[in-house]
Amino acid sequence: MEPTHLPATNFQDLAWAILLLPLVSALAITLGLRRNRELTTTLSLSAVGIGFGLSVWLFFLYGVSGERLAATPLSWMSVGSLSAHLGLTVDPLSTLMLMVVTGVSFLVHVYSTGYMEDDPEYPRYFASLGFFTFSMLGIVLSDNFVQTFIFWELVGVSSYLLVGFWYEKPAAADAAKKAFLTNRIGDFGFLLGILIVWAATGTVSFDAMAAKLKAEPGILGAAASLAGVLIFLGAVGKSAQLPLHVWLPDAMEGPTPVSALIHAATMVAAGVYMLCRVYFLLDLPAAWPAALSFLGSISALDVIAWTGALTSLVAGVIAIQQDDIKRILAYSTLSQLGYMVMAVGCGGPDAAMFHLTTHACFKALLFLGAGAVIYACHHEQNIWKMGGLAKRMPVTFWTFLLATAALCGLPVLSSGFYSKDAIFAAALASNRPVLFGIGVLVVGLTTLYMSRLVIIAFLGESRSEAASHAADPGRNMTLPLLILAVPSVSLGWLPVGAYFKSAIFPGAVTHSAEGFSDVFFEPFNHSPLGAFLGFGLMAFGLSVAFATYWGAAMDPMPGHLPRLSRALRNRLYFDEIYAATLIPLHDAVAALADWVDRWIVQGLFVRGISGGMDLFGRALRLVQTGNLQTYAFLFVAGVALVVLLALK
Amino acid sequence: MLAFPLYLCFASALGLLLWRRTASRLPHWITLATCGLGLLLTVTAVIQRTPGAEVVTLVRLPWIPTWGAEFHLAADGLSASLLVLTGIASVGGVLFSWNVQDRPGEFFSLYLTLIGAVYGVFLSWDLLLFFVFYELAIIPKYLLIARWGSTRRDYAAMKLALYSFLGSAAVLVGIVALYATSGLNTLDLSALARHSFPPSTQAWAFPVLFAGFAILAGLWPLHTWAPTGHVAAPTAASMLLAGVIMKLGAYGCLRIALPLLPEGARESRFVFGVLAVAGIVWGALVALRQRDFKFVIGYSSVSHMGFVILGLAMATPLALSGAVLQMISHGIIAGLLFAVVGRMVYDRTHTRDLEELGAHRLGKTLPFAAVTFVLAGFASMGVPGFSGFIAELQILLGTWPVSGRLVAVAGFGILLGAAYVLRAVHLGFFRGDDSPPLEALAPPAPITVPEVLGSGLLLVSTVGLGLFPGFVLDWIQPALAGPFFDGLRRVMVP
Repeated sequence: MEPTHLPATNFQDLAWAILLLPLVSALAITLGLRRNRELTTTLSLSAVGIGFGLSVWLFFLYGVSGERLAATPLSWMSVGSLSAHLGLTVDPLSTLMLMVVTGVSFLVHVYSTGYMEDDPEYPRYFASLGFFTFSMLGIVLSDNFVQTFIFWELVGVSSYLLVGFWYEKPAAADAAKKAFLTNRIGDFGFLLGILIVWAATGTVSFDAMAAKLKAEPGILGAAASLAGVLIFLGAVGKSAQLPLHVWLPDAMEGPTPVSALIHAATMVAAGVYMLCRVYFLLDLPAAWPAALSFLGSISALDVIAWTGALTSLVAGVIAIQQDDIKRILAYSTLSQLGYMVMAVGCGGPDAAMFHLTTHACFKALLFLGAGAVIYACHHEQNIWKMGGLAKRMPVTFWTFLLATAALCGLPVLSSGFYSKDAIFAAALASNRPVLFGIGVLVVGLTTLYMSRLVIIAFLGESRSEAASHAADPGRNMTLPLLILAVPSVSLGWLPVGAYFKSAIFPGAVTHSAEGFSDVFFEPFNHSPLGAFLGFGLMAFGLSVAFATYWGAAMDPMPGHLPRLSRALRNRLYFDEIYAATLIPLHDAVAALADWVDRWIVQGLFVRGISGGMDLFGRALRLVQTGNLQTYAFLFVAGVALVVLLALK
Repeated sequence: MLAFPLYLCFASALGLLLWRRTASRLPHWITLATCGLGLLLTVTAVIQRTPGAEVVTLVRLPWIPTWGAEFHLAADGLSASLLVLTGIASVGGVLFSWNVQDRPGEFFSLYLTLIGAVYGVFLSWDLLLFFVFYELAIIPKYLLIARWGSTRRDYAAMKLALYSFLGSAAVLVGIVALYATSGLNTLDLSALARHSFPPSTQAWAFPVLFAGFAILAGLWPLHTWAPTGHVAAPTAASMLLAGVIMKLGAYGCLRIALPLLPEGARESRFVFGVLAVAGIVWGALVALRQRDFKFVIGYSSVSHMGFVILGLAMATPLALSGAVLQMISHGIIAGLLFAVVGRMVYDRTHTRDLEELGAHRLGKTLPFAAVTFVLAGFASMGVPGFSGFIAELQILLGTWPVSGRLVAVAGFGILLGAAYVLRAVHLGFFRGDDSPPLEALAPPAPITVPEVLGSGLLLVSTVGLGLFPGFVLDWIQPALAGPFFDGLRRVMVP
């Protein structure tokens, strides 16, 4: 089929359908079907399932051929110099992302029919999930900043609804609030960044902006780097980078399939996707306004790269001493997101997208596997109360193991190996050896904490009553695991990296693998340093984990390294530091404002005026004596005063 | 047809006052019919003839010829959009006062007088007539609070009246100055807008007039009448107070102060911008500390009206358009929030203390109220899809070319907005296991049909405006681009 010969409008409708189907199903469930479980299930599954089918179709029509769909945007509002529209970008970057989002979303929907089976609020859950999918697809398809920002916020809202799904648990309600507010801080910066770029270029559309920048590279002037960093701040919130990362581990209070979809595969990846979408705005020479000129030659990309690297390192270290299976995975997500952000900063948005894609598959698989374990162990999340699950839950164990291998980057037999290596290559190519070093080091950390998890939770003997009766869940929960295992292993064998390279840098020369050895051993040929070092550190991490945790009844680390262990268990005190500084500060300011409003503005001001009037009235009353002599005296005194003043 | 709602309201008000010993539900129905018909007529008129730049004169009769005062009612796109808002808010208000049993005849008579006066303000094209309607709105407001209110109602009513009169005094001084210095012997708005006042007059008359009007819009630090007034007022009155009365002040700024005195506006743009932003942040900070549920909403009104004042002070085309949208948007959203807190929650639980409400577990026992509040809360914090987002976004975009710092501080206010709304949602409705145990509470009375209808009307309005802003922007834009605002555009656009 030759796509360019077909009228664009038909395919435009496909894209609209992908976007709107989940919304329609969410609305239908909310408005009418709250009591009908079967219909709820059918409706939401088919909405996302059809969406996935259509995404695959669009991918082959536009993604593979590198075509762009010339969609007609819907004009939304046009006010003076602002013209905002609802547009669709169907290009290689978005079509692959569409497949990832709808694909993972569909599998999570299927899985949820089992996981949430007994929940009385089942329909509300599926409505929220549909609403989330809609919002996320809106970001993916957006062709301008206003639309991105709109769906950006909606994603925040749906995340709030899903994290706080079990709002009766105070921890869940607090986590939902924290996630929303922390994201809002990032969004605030994002909005300012959008304002700067809009004011300078006069447009919010990505294409028009890119064209303007190409024609006039200095159009952003001295605000270039500031705009880049502010836009990045949006990604810092959504993709949970330092220092706004604190919401993501808490967000694990939501149902586990939600963690898989939102807080591992898609929403948190939205920040990275957005950075890749507007990479042309970030890749500008350093230029700061006068007040920030001390930053000198540090460019926006430098800030991005270092933030990502530090996040990846800090989160990787913290993960080593977590005991909650979901929290370990949450910190691992932070760490991997750090990788992606670092890749963007190192001038490798294609590598970032590659890792985003593979990570979406294997991390969703890990979370769904963790969900199966939690489900089987009666909502136990502490890995020290599991143990021996490999024998009792073989499907879960083997798929989990494959995903773990992918996360650690096991050579050849995992997708993570290829995508991580692309990131290391980008770090080396941009001449940032320190970042490269951090990246490789984190491979060792990753292998250490993941092996610890697998050894304690799955191997050895059962550590609790619940774990000794665990079993694989039903087919609707194991099937998604098996399906996700396929891309987790094999995605790296496909030229996904090269695909993204030509998607983001049209016309760039891409390295195309030829022949068996180059397809499977590409990293060893292509960028051997990263591949070999990574492999070495992986082996090291694995051996440390086995030496420490094989057969251990309890974690030996608090005994041997008490201080470090305590610091890591307290997540390096980020929350405590915020609680000790920002929150009292904010409380004090709010209390002050309240106090001033109550006593000064209302009290002094209002009472003062009314009191003054009152006194004045009393004074006047004193004068009203009713005594004629007094009046006469006052009259004469007044005349005398006037005469005196007049003469002076 | 646009002027009919005005007459209708006064006629029904008079009727209800004369026959006040009517059957218990009759006043409710009469008021609903009057307000509903008013809304219907306004909407029909607006659909028949899309209002725009053109000022359509509805009635023009001589009134006090020696002063040049006329009974002149006219409308353009701006008035039309606010008339629709008044219609929506008034219908919503009746629906949420369906349970008023204490002297309903007088209550609704005052209610309709208030609505009539509001219609009058939005339709007046004569300064004196404008001022008469503007003053007329204060009296029923005072009586409604003092007679049907709660929590320190005498204090609140008096404070509100005093502040209103303080503002009115300033407005009167400004109007007299306009009349006297123009030397045209006319109070006709169009004629005065064409006249260019000497800069020396503008320099003092603008701040006096703008501040006078803006007091009623909750200008910081003269905002304190608003929260106490909102809290003390009966539900319908707080809905109208936040929904339309505060808009009267903003409308005065937009219709009189800005177009007549553009150079004065440019001179004091930054001062009022700073005060507006102070109100945004201040209101949000104070809202964050309140225990009384209604005070949270009351201070949130101060914060949101700060955006209106900011847009008006900046007076760039985008900022003005955003300010008008924000007037409409806040009118709907604040009305809804007050309806939930005042009618759905307070009338059932008899408490507004956020520390005590947790025990009622309203999320479970009154899910309709909870969901409505969550949606209204999202609308209030500027989530896209609701009207608040486009309004505040336009104001920020319009402020940006004038001052990036003001935008940054105002944006910080939006951030706080999310915080106080979520806090209220959590404490008011979804406080789970950590709420203090209380003796078994009787389940609240079920939600009534008028409440559902009222919530539906307001929710549909805010979502409709949020999704299809073009509908209303098509009225606002041409009006702001029309000849009436020529002087302002010349001065403000470099």
